[in-house]
Amino acid sequence: MSVSVDIRLKRANKVYNEGEVLSGVVVLQCKEPLPHHGILLSMEGLVNLQLSSKSVGVFEAFYNSVKPISLLSSSIEVARSGKIPGGKTEIPFEFPLQAKGNKVLYETYHGVFVNIQYTLRCDVKRPLLAKDLSRTCEFIVHCQPQKAKVSPSPVSFSITPDTLQNSRERDTLPKFLIRGHLDATCCVVSQPLSGEVVVEHSDIPIKSIELQLVRVETCGCAEGYARDATEIQNIQIAEGDVCHGLPIPVYMVFPRLFTCPTLETTNFKVEFEVNIVIVLQDDHLITENFPLKLCRV
Amino acid sequence: SVAVNAETWTLHQFNELLEVHHATYTWLHFEAVSENGCAYRRSRWRKYETELQRCRPEALPIEFGDYHPLKPILVTDTKTRRGVRKGSTSSSSSSSSSVPPDPLSSMLDGTDPLSMFASETSTVPRSVVGHDFEPWSAKRGEILTRFTTTEKLSIVRKATSPASSAVSEKVRTRLEELDDLEEQDYANRIEELNQSLKEAWASDQKVKALKIVIQCAKLLSDTSVIQFYPSKFVLITDIMDTFGDCSMCVFLFLHTNALLLSDAFTCEDVNDTAKETCLNWFFKIASIRELLPRLYVEASILKCNHFLNKTGISTTLPRLTAMVRGIGDPLVAAYARAYLCRVGMEVAPQLKDTLNTNFFDLLRTFRQLSGESVQNQLVVQRVEMPEYLTLYSPAINWILQCIAYRAPEPLLTEMMERCKTMGNNALLLNSVMRAFRPEFVAARATDFIGMIKECDEAGFPKHLLFGSLGRSLASADPPEPERLTILNEAWKVITKVRSPRDYIICAEIWVEFTCRHFTKREVNTVLADMIKHMTPDRAFEDAYPQLQSVIGKILTYFHDFSILFSMERFLPFLDMFQKDSVRVEVCRSIMEVFIRHQLEPTRDPVILNAMLHICKTMHDSVNALTLEDEKRSLSLLIIGFIRMVSFGRDFEQQLNFCVESRSTFCNLEPVLVQLIHTVNQLAMETRRVMRGNHSRKTAAFVRACAAYSFITIPSLSSIFSRLSLYLLSGQVALANQCLSQADAFLKAAVSVLPEVPRSISVEGKLRSSESFLLDFINNFLSTLLVVPDHPEHGVLYLVRGLLNMVQDYTWEDNSDAKVRVYISALPLLAAMSQETYLYSIPKMDSNETLYGGDPKFLSEINKLCETLIGQVLDHLKALGREETARRQGALAFSLFGVLVAHGDLRNNKLSQLAVNLWNLSHKHGYCDTRFSVRTLDHMKQQAQQLDMSHLSDTVQRLALQSRT
Repeated sequence: MSVSVDIRLKRANKVYNEGEVLSGVVVLQCKEPLPHHGILLSMEGLVNLQLSSKSVGVFEAFYNSVKPISLLSSSIEVARSGKIPGGKTEIPFEFPLQAKGNKVLYETYHGVFVNIQYTLRCDVKRPLLAKDLSRTCEFIVHCQPQKAKVSPSPVSFSITPDTLQNSRERDTLPKFLIRGHLDATCCVVSQPLSGEVVVEHSDIPIKSIELQLVRVETCGCAEGYARDATEIQNIQIAEGDVCHGLPIPVYMVFPRLFTCPTLETTNFKVEFEVNIVIVLQDDHLITENFPLKLCRV
Repeated sequence: SVAVNAETWTLHQFNELLEVHHATYTWLHFEAVSENGCAYRRSRWRKYETELQRCRPEALPIEFGDYHPLKPILVTDTKTRRGVRKGSTSSSSSSSSSVPPDPLSSMLDGTDPLSMFASETSTVPRSVVGHDFEPWSAKRGEILTRFTTTEKLSIVRKATSPASSAVSEKVRTRLEELDDLEEQDYANRIEELNQSLKEAWASDQKVKALKIVIQCAKLLSDTSVIQFYPSKFVLITDIMDTFGDCSMCVFLFLHTNALLLSDAFTCEDVNDTAKETCLNWFFKIASIRELLPRLYVEASILKCNHFLNKTGISTTLPRLTAMVRGIGDPLVAAYARAYLCRVGMEVAPQLKDTLNTNFFDLLRTFRQLSGESVQNQLVVQRVEMPEYLTLYSPAINWILQCIAYRAPEPLLTEMMERCKTMGNNALLLNSVMRAFRPEFVAARATDFIGMIKECDEAGFPKHLLFGSLGRSLASADPPEPERLTILNEAWKVITKVRSPRDYIICAEIWVEFTCRHFTKREVNTVLADMIKHMTPDRAFEDAYPQLQSVIGKILTYFHDFSILFSMERFLPFLDMFQKDSVRVEVCRSIMEVFIRHQLEPTRDPVILNAMLHICKTMHDSVNALTLEDEKRSLSLLIIGFIRMVSFGRDFEQQLNFCVESRSTFCNLEPVLVQLIHTVNQLAMETRRVMRGNHSRKTAAFVRACAAYSFITIPSLSSIFSRLSLYLLSGQVALANQCLSQADAFLKAAVSVLPEVPRSISVEGKLRSSESFLLDFINNFLSTLLVVPDHPEHGVLYLVRGLLNMVQDYTWEDNSDAKVRVYISALPLLAAMSQETYLYSIPKMDSNETLYGGDPKFLSEINKLCETLIGQVLDHLKALGREETARRQGALAFSLFGVLVAHGDLRNNKLSQLAVNLWNLSHKHGYCDTRFSVRTLDHMKQQAQQLDMSHLSDTVQRLALQSRT
């Protein structure tokens, strides 16, 4: 006997804001009538913190502080124990999206050391000798738009051998001058990062120019913290020896789920940075770092 | 026992018949003198004049008003009826239109299931631009054939090996290694990728499909075999197109109302799921790491932006355009721009600005061409700068074509000015000339020539520039006064081109301009120059297509062949075609034009000589291996020429021409046949001119004509054309009072008869020759009426000879053909026994005059009739069996018909024979009753005539069998 359970949300993109109502249907499909001991639907929001292997030794002491933080938890019984007729049954449901106590609903974020995830879970309890059925479905929470007005302020930069910081052989470096600007470092998460890079001059031909999006995740408490920067994505904006003096567009779409508005709480922080990486033909790597502040409007 | 009965009955019946026959026989020997003096004549007395008068139908006025048999049939109200029958309400079609409704199209009126499908599936506008825009598909093939290579190409197989998860690590790394491929293999591999892309879509592996596409796009950043790059671009963008179409289809499919969408649908019409899927897709593409794949993939699904928001395309296209700036290699960038322009033109042709930006960006990157990276690359790949520059042409041409499409004049002028100021402008100039409207280029041709002259020699080859200019000038006319200067300037450069290949490509283009605007003198000069360039080292051998096209162009502009052949260099030019097949093809094309455009017969020796030469070339190409079709078409062309030759009143020269032609075209039978016809016609023409009275000279001439035919005919292999030509020539000889010649022709025909095979091949199928033979013999018999007997041979020498041949001929088994010939000889004999013949040849004495109704002559005829009837009756007897009864009936009836029509039924025995034949033919009931009734009616009608009253007696004895 095959039974399938599915949760279908009304919104195709599964995106909800705090205070909204999460509605949808539980779809059960079976060939013969299905006896059960109640169908339970539960909603959960969790922040999972994890320590990088590098820092596990140091921070074993406050192991407790990295246990998941629950933001949201509620459940309802959508059907009392009984029988579901054969065929397709749809049971509608509605959940108000309200945080627990004085907690705030952070935006959904899939990272390496920090994960903020919201799920719906449906359990069908069944009598003896039959396995319980369950199905989970993730939905996405967007946090409330920030009230503060974001005014785009362009950031200009100029890279020459002299502006480099951690370079050992400064004298042997080839001469180059790369100028450019980012339209803003305070970005709206749903809009692309934009700007321009101009290679004014370079002794050695350029091999590639890339945009590296980096997340900086900090977990910790008063006693100490672990801060790790990892790459989210790397987007090439120029390939080969580009024409000098011609502005090359900087353009990057922030990937969904992997980025969220910059977040700072007592237990953890999620921040983002972008690196403009210039690779020269002789594999010299020149990087210019820009911390970003992401927000949602 | 029934069968036996029938048999015996038939035998009995026959004995009766034969008795009558004997009676007739004896009666025929009985010499009676009838009252009107026409003794010895047993055939019916005929007054052809009065009969003819009677037979002539009353003149019926033909209404020419509406009816014409060739007018299309007008069906006026079928549709209404159809509609009523079907219960629908279509009633609008009862008004008869001048255009008749095609029954096929009205069948499917409006509900053709196929076109309905097509209209459903084509809701997405494929092309928004007009038909005057030359589509990419037209360029595709040209690029693929032009940019080829013999170098090894490489391709990364990473995405293609579907089994990669199953194979071991080692094998996988091997698979991922670069494969060295030949060019054709490369194209095949790309096609394979295209297939696997489609399969992946079909099997719902969208991500795999995307991976394939990304891999493909990555190949475009590889410029390792740079000569092949344009072709590679074509191959790979094909895949991109497939991908774009697939994704568009999927989104359309997701959208439930997709089928109802017109091209005006907006993003509001798209439902959430479709939008979400689409958005997802775009996010995925936005995170592709490498620049080039990201650019190409996003461009390929540009039209899907329809689903997201209204302004999608108009913001995406400029962004993608700016993105191209990140591509370092100028060639790769140029092609990426071409692709963007192509997609842009397809999806949003109104966005002209992006096109312009693309072009200006391209101009700005031009200085890279002289940069270090490019130069190094060229050195490594051992490619010369001029060749490298030509690699750009397809891309730049395309971009400029997009810009120039319906662009205002000032924009084009501005573009031109910009090109002038750029370094490396030859490449641009070339593209400008190729892409802009020919009228625009033609109007400024002198300017362009100036600009071309200023270009530096090292870069783009100048002959290509002149080639492009020539192409524009071939379709649009420059101002009148400048034309000669333009030609001079251009040819000055062209003639200096060293390589014969480059030279002929360019010269071929300019021939059109020359032919269009100048006279034979200039064309002749051009031809002379081409001969001079192409002859050394037999360079023409590699340039046949171009040379052929030169001839083609000349032929489209010069239809007057006397002018054409008076060009001194035309025939020497033809001599350059030394490969047989090409040579014949060229001759053929000349002949086709000649036949189409030469309307007046000609005797111009220049034309005749040249055409004879050309025809001889065609004729000489025929050998044992030539196909029948080929021979036939060549013959038709040569015949067309022969028909156009006329020397007017100079008949002798015409005959000489025919003699000459015969020796020249001896291998093509249809041509020989035509020549015999021509000569016969010549003889008749002479007769017409002399009004039938030949002088000594003309008599000798027509005899010469006859001699010509007489010696030409035997060389034909087709027996029926020989026979009919003998007969025809015999008739012509008779008409020209050449008695001995006519005799010879007819005798020859008779002597050829036994050779006729029993089956001949008609259009490749073996068919019995019997019907053809019967036709011929009947025709022959009717001619024999007017042929006077030869004084040295016996009476009816030819008729007897023919009948003997017929008797000896091996007819098919179970065939009545021989007897049919006998039956049809009877009317001839009847006609011969008349006092005045039905027809005669003016100024020729037939037997009527020779014998003047001599009783001996008549009795000879009677004897002959006797023998023939006897033969026929014997045959009828032999057909007595049941299975041949039908044939027996038919033959008996036709003999009956002949007797009634030509025999004198006043003779009782003869009328008894007729009655017996009638009965025999009706015995088995195979007879067509309607036909019998009509025969009776006719006889009754005849009986009312004077002297024919005896027929009514006979009629009364003819019983009509009623069918039961």
